[in-house]
Amino acid sequence: MIERIIIAGSGGQGVMLLGKVMAQAAMVEGKQVTWFPAYGPEVRGGTSHCMVTISDQEIGSPYITEADTLIILNQPSLEKFKGKLKRKGTLILNSSLAKIDPYTKMQVFSFPFTDIAMQIGNIKVANMAALGCFASAKKIIKVKNILKVFKSIAPAGNLEILRVNQQALEEGQKLNHG
Amino acid sequence: MAKTKILLSGNEAIAQGAIQAGCSFYAGYPITPQNEIIAYMAKHMSVPSGIKGQAPRVFIQAESELAAINMVYGAAAAGARAMTSSSSPGISLKQEGISYIAGAQLPAVIVNIMRGGPGLGNIAPAQSDYFQATRGGGHGDYHVIVLAPASAQEAYDLTQIAFDLADKYRIPVMILGDGILGQMMEPVKLSAGKIKVNSVKNWALGGCQGRKPNIVKSFFLREGDLEEFNLRLQKNYQVIKQKEQRCESLFLSDAKVILVAYGTMARIAKSAMSQLRSEGKKIGLIRPISLWPFPQKSFQIKNSKVKYLVLELSYGQMLQDVQLAVNGRQQVEFLGRSGGGILSQEQIINKVKKLL
Repeated sequence: MIERIIIAGSGGQGVMLLGKVMAQAAMVEGKQVTWFPAYGPEVRGGTSHCMVTISDQEIGSPYITEADTLIILNQPSLEKFKGKLKRKGTLILNSSLAKIDPYTKMQVFSFPFTDIAMQIGNIKVANMAALGCFASAKKIIKVKNILKVFKSIAPAGNLEILRVNQQALEEGQKLNHG
Repeated sequence: MAKTKILLSGNEAIAQGAIQAGCSFYAGYPITPQNEIIAYMAKHMSVPSGIKGQAPRVFIQAESELAAINMVYGAAAAGARAMTSSSSPGISLKQEGISYIAGAQLPAVIVNIMRGGPGLGNIAPAQSDYFQATRGGGHGDYHVIVLAPASAQEAYDLTQIAFDLADKYRIPVMILGDGILGQMMEPVKLSAGKIKVNSVKNWALGGCQGRKPNIVKSFFLREGDLEEFNLRLQKNYQVIKQKEQRCESLFLSDAKVILVAYGTMARIAKSAMSQLRSEGKKIGLIRPISLWPFPQKSFQIKNSKVKYLVLELSYGQMLQDVQLAVNGRQQVEFLGRSGGGILSQEQIINKVKKLL
């Protein structure tokens, strides 16, 4: 098994954190994993991205030329990365901030992650709603392991942060069940 | 420290490895793609080391690369386990200091997380400082030991080995990585146990009360002295060449084509090899871990029909060391990209298929 995921959005949407949480959850499960960020200069309103590779075997290049899954949180990122998705690959799209034309060559999970996050009460957790959606769509990492990672990295004593992230993750996970 | 896995970037793994090795002095100046080393050292060097009797650890963000390497020179002369880090253009600036450290026979660790060159270049991963690293880099007849990790785990492990080798041979040791290795995060298993440093440095300038003063210098004006000193250096290098070759070799016994690559390039080469072997093609891999001394002993294959394919993120630098090691016994081919271009698995596979 090898799963190559590109995660992209605008600066501030938490795409780096999304990738790191995903990578740590994969590590908790004993899988091989690499996380590789865009580390160059980026512009406000532009795109930021990271690449996560999860496998049960040794991973070669952490740089992804053809992705199995794209997690896209805004329109400029969709334009920049849609060409990197393999045929019949999975697109997880934040429909609050990005729209895609009718499609045939990919499997699309399009949900308003930003709106969901605002309903929960914190716009910043849109990334975790997208991660929940990924977890249920691809069944590569378990939600309970993502929750373990939340607990290990959340600032001690700040239960509210933990709560909103957990709620976003669970809401994201439920989306695929209609 | 508990024997657990944590997610670290290659840069952070190098920094944590240095701390685990008892690094007590770090000076650096920021440059992408190695800034996480400085950031990590700034955060962690301020915490007491826990080594009995050791003075507080020192972290300095120097005013320039030149200042940083010369601070390391001074700290190493005083007996500290000292380190600096930078990326290609910054390492060029440090070369004068590295030559002086080699000339004063001092142990120090220098990290180069390579980016594209020449000149200011760009911040993309590259391996184009191979010549500079393996041929000394600065002026004079000297070498530094060069170690090239290919994963965050190996970055952590080799940094600790680098400090031991530096002390053992009184020589600067360079960790040579690239932007991908530095930036990529991977699970790293941390060493158990407390920091231990066993080196005895009776040559160090640690105060001479009750003994003859030590002298640390790289200046030999009297006729014959410098030649004699150079011969001593050469003798040291011969011992290192014999004892410190490091390498990973895979499937050499049946290989028709042997890929040769180091660092990040070797990871991509390994994927290409696995793909080709799953198609029944007889492919092997040599991954030099020490670039100086170059692992010549791993190239003693007798079958004259074997072909080597050297893969680099540069234009034929390690190629020359492979040619010297093979010494005309077999065919040596080359494939490389640089300036930020990364050889893909497919490009390697296509080239190999033409050689089979």
